Amino acid sequence: MTSFWSIWVIVLTLACLALILGLLLWNLKNYAGVEEGESCGHEFDGIEELNNPLPKWWTYMFFATFVWSVYYLAAYPGLGNFAGFLNWTSSNQGVKSMEESKAAIEAAKESGNWVQLDKEVEYAQERFGPIFEAFAKQDVVTLAKDEKALEIGQRLFAQNCAQCHGSDARGGMGFPNLTDNDWLYGGKPDQIKETLLNGRVAAMPGWKDALGEQGIDEMTAYVLSLSGRKVNQKDADAGKAKFAMCAACHGMDGKGSVAHNLPFGAPDLTDNIWLYGGSKRAVEETLNHGRAGVMPAWKEILGEDKVHLLTAYVYSLSQNNQ
Amino acid sequence: MSDKKLANKHEIVEKNVGLMAILTVFAISFGALVEITPLMFQEDTTKPVDGLRPLTALEMEGRDIYVREGCYNCHSQMIRPFRDEVERYGHYSVAGESVWDHPFQWGSKRTGPDLARVGERYSDDWHYAHLMDPRSVVPESNMPGYPWLDSNKVDTSLTLKKLQIFRDNFGIDKASPKYDGKGYGDDNELLAQIAEVDSMNNGTGATEMQALIAYLQQLGTHLK
Repeated sequence: MTSFWSIWVIVLTLACLALILGLLLWNLKNYAGVEEGESCGHEFDGIEELNNPLPKWWTYMFFATFVWSVYYLAAYPGLGNFAGFLNWTSSNQGVKSMEESKAAIEAAKESGNWVQLDKEVEYAQERFGPIFEAFAKQDVVTLAKDEKALEIGQRLFAQNCAQCHGSDARGGMGFPNLTDNDWLYGGKPDQIKETLLNGRVAAMPGWKDALGEQGIDEMTAYVLSLSGRKVNQKDADAGKAKFAMCAACHGMDGKGSVAHNLPFGAPDLTDNIWLYGGSKRAVEETLNHGRAGVMPAWKEILGEDKVHLLTAYVYSLSQNNQ
Repeated sequence: MSDKKLANKHEIVEKNVGLMAILTVFAISFGALVEITPLMFQEDTTKPVDGLRPLTALEMEGRDIYVREGCYNCHSQMIRPFRDEVERYGHYSVAGESVWDHPFQWGSKRTGPDLARVGERYSDDWHYAHLMDPRSVVPESNMPGYPWLDSNKVDTSLTLKKLQIFRDNFGIDKASPKYDGKGYGDDNELLAQIAEVDSMNNGTGATEMQALIAYLQQLGTHLK
């Protein structure tokens, strides 16, 4: 705040306080020209206004609020640039980037200023930090059997993951089921953690232009045949002949990226698990227009320690199914 | 009696409601003069955060759909500096993030969650599914569905005007003449952006759904 605005705020605030105090003092004396307790000379519906003094309890409370306001303005930031003797602020409001925000936290620590939010976070870190740290030191497989860890993981999941994967983690159309041991990017602890930390971006292209209507029909037949569905064998054979274009991600056998140690997140087409639906219509739609599944990155939002617990929770979900 | 009246000046205010209103406004205005006026001249509250960029044509239309559908009635865009909010939503909101919001979308009621940092938190597909039918992804949600956004096309007839108004009137940094994260660029650049919107979906134009999702996906991503 420039000194002009600082003075502006100080003068107006103090002037208002002085006026309010003056008003109270002024009203303590009888200027009405009517004796105390006498009628003011008007009545409505039989109710007369008497010239009574201000109630004492009310007057004292008014004085008390005034005293409080003086203390408040001395202790907390209220008068322009004057920070108050407690050096208290709610947060570092002026920051223009995350870097500045982090620097402001450090600066406040060094100067000993009391930044309320920082203190709350610090307190929580002292209280809960060691718990997360202790869990972070254990490996995921161990944590996946630790009830306490799973309880925390479940809460984190409900808060952050259930919106897409569902509170039972069984996913939905376009959002993978996490309980079925069928993985797009791998179900090993490290792979799950990587997915959680940095997110994933899948890119199934649309093949409408490349394959044409007939080609889509044939490819649909072949894709469906991979999981044992009854299809027109002639179409399926024609589709198979063109499957090389799909094999780069799904593998020549259609078993998907994970089976071939590829990082593309292409699903296994030979099982009966369908991310975008396994009807003929849904597979056609996928082939025509492609799909672009996105798993957001949680590293910045949750931090590594919480992601570690979440990894254990997600890992645990499919362990009973093996 | 006349002596009494002279002395008892308060009767003048009590018996003239118009004068009383004027004096009331006068008294209250001191609060505004102290608490609001200085904010209009503070660097903290008028200077954008380093990463702020103006909305693109599609996002601008999305913002207007956000306003039209009254999203602000249930969703705030203001993360307060409390630990519970910071843990749930991310870094608290700072003034420099909304200096180019006209009108601001801070809101004052949270029937639904705060959206100040919803950008990039969910996938586009999720937003689509959620806006079409919120209960398809969040069974306990009481948000209404907005399926018509998917069939309505974005009307771009006024987009150029909107972008020009923002570029020319709201102190958006003109240091860079090009739309590269700072300025909006010249009219040709704005028209190119609008042409891009019109060319979406095989040239039939963007849907309102796409515009709204584009707006949502940039929310809160500028404090880097």
